[in-house]
Amino acid sequence: MEEIVKLSGVKLIYHSKNGENMAIRDLNLSVYKGEFLALVGPSGSGKTTILSLLAGILKPSEGEIQTSFDLKNKVGYMLQKDQLFNWRTIYKNILLGLEIKGKITKEDKEYAKYLLQKYGLGDVMHKYPPELSGGMKQRAALIRTLVLKPEIVLLDEPFSALDFQTRLSVGEDVRSIIKSEGLTAILVTHDISEAISICDRVAVLSRKPATIKNIYDTRLNEGTILEKREAQGFSELFTKIWKELDIHEEENMFKGTSEIPTDTT
Amino acid sequence: MKKKICSKEHQKYLRIRRSKSIIILVIQIALLVFAVLLWELLARKEIIDSFITSSPSKIIQTFTNLVGDGSIWKHILSTLYETIIGFLLSTAVGTVVAILLWFSKTCQRIFEPYLVVLNSLPKIALGPIIIIWVGAGRGAIITMTLLITLIITIINTLAGFTAVEKDKLLLMQTLHANKFQTLFKLVLPANIPNMISCLKVNVGLTWVGTIMGEYLVSKEGLGYLIVYGGQVFNLSLVMCSTVILCFLAGIMYATVAILEKVVKKFFNFEI
Repeated sequence: MEEIVKLSGVKLIYHSKNGENMAIRDLNLSVYKGEFLALVGPSGSGKTTILSLLAGILKPSEGEIQTSFDLKNKVGYMLQKDQLFNWRTIYKNILLGLEIKGKITKEDKEYAKYLLQKYGLGDVMHKYPPELSGGMKQRAALIRTLVLKPEIVLLDEPFSALDFQTRLSVGEDVRSIIKSEGLTAILVTHDISEAISICDRVAVLSRKPATIKNIYDTRLNEGTILEKREAQGFSELFTKIWKELDIHEEENMFKGTSEIPTDTT
Repeated sequence: MKKKICSKEHQKYLRIRRSKSIIILVIQIALLVFAVLLWELLARKEIIDSFITSSPSKIIQTFTNLVGDGSIWKHILSTLYETIIGFLLSTAVGTVVAILLWFSKTCQRIFEPYLVVLNSLPKIALGPIIIIWVGAGRGAIITMTLLITLIITIINTLAGFTAVEKDKLLLMQTLHANKFQTLFKLVLPANIPNMISCLKVNVGLTWVGTIMGEYLVSKEGLGYLIVYGGQVFNLSLVMCSTVILCFLAGIMYATVAILEKVVKKFFNFEI
């Protein structure tokens, strides 16, 4: 499989008036073309920080991030909430990223309309976000990302603001859209079931400062996420990952270690 | 026109709603009429001294005289001119300064204490300085209006700019938008309701500034009429000018309210 992202020995330190704070330590991770990778970890472990590094918003303090594409133009980012602008129609919201890049061609507009039609938003493209359901808005947010034709899509807990039923259906939508477009994606979530049922691999992160503890292959079957949840081996994987997260032990192990004293003498 | 079909219950609900609005309007008007009639009655029966309190009939008489000799228009136009110029200048300059401060967090930190001090300073204290620096003319009145409205415009507008949702700013970051793009595509449109609220506050403040300025230096205008009326104990002139001021301020506020509806509808903000 073609490796398109490689993080080697990545370390990230935040500086504040109270001292230095290590968010990520010795992070090594490879992402392969076409795969759907999940990052799971305890709250505040630095999952979103890893996405910010991959999106080029943050620079690592140490280590290297190698990609087979341009970080600035080929990374799509989907946030926790849809973050659609209420003063723009859905169609205009979809075009936001292209407007910022300063190059909207006729083909781009056609492609945006094509995606909207393809993923069931053709009839509402001239409506405003408050007129849409939560699930439709998340789909629109994903299309806003896809219209930029990214190599990799970073999904930062995109289902966390949705109720359980919508979550399942939007999860299925996002998974099938990503797969049908042949994209690579990284999903950040704290929901183990969601990670296993949507993704091909699940990387378990340690408590802050984050590092990869283990990576699990979660390709149980080729069915829908509901079928995957019912597949043989799902519970076993869930238990393994849950144990790997081992929140209580982690709490004791890393209590206070993320703080680096400013004076080491 | 297509008629909307609705149930009897809904029609009843709409009827009750409409009649409630009418009742409120009637009570509002009745209250005003009652107060005016009571004032007139008390003045005529000499229960109150109309030399000090004037009376509605005397105010109407004064207004008729001022309209008759044509002098009222000069005063109204003068005050209106100063107010509108002050309003437009303070809104434009205040918004531009707020934008500049939004661009640089360092500048925000540098100017913050100055803004706080200037905001809490009673601007009337600067009256003598304004007269010496700008001269005892229309410039001094507009400067006073500017001083009163500008700082609060900067503070309120900047507060709106910096309160834009962090996640929306993160979205712009993920799209690699620069500061200008973030300003024009997110911060300014997101702040339209806030900027309109600012305009509403400014309507009141510019009238305060203009009248305060006219108290200090003017030879014409409604503020001048109020001061002059007070000096010669012509309370009817004072009251008449105040009533005209109320009307003008109301009209200006209503204009901003209409603008608010139009702009919010255009940008699809809930009213």
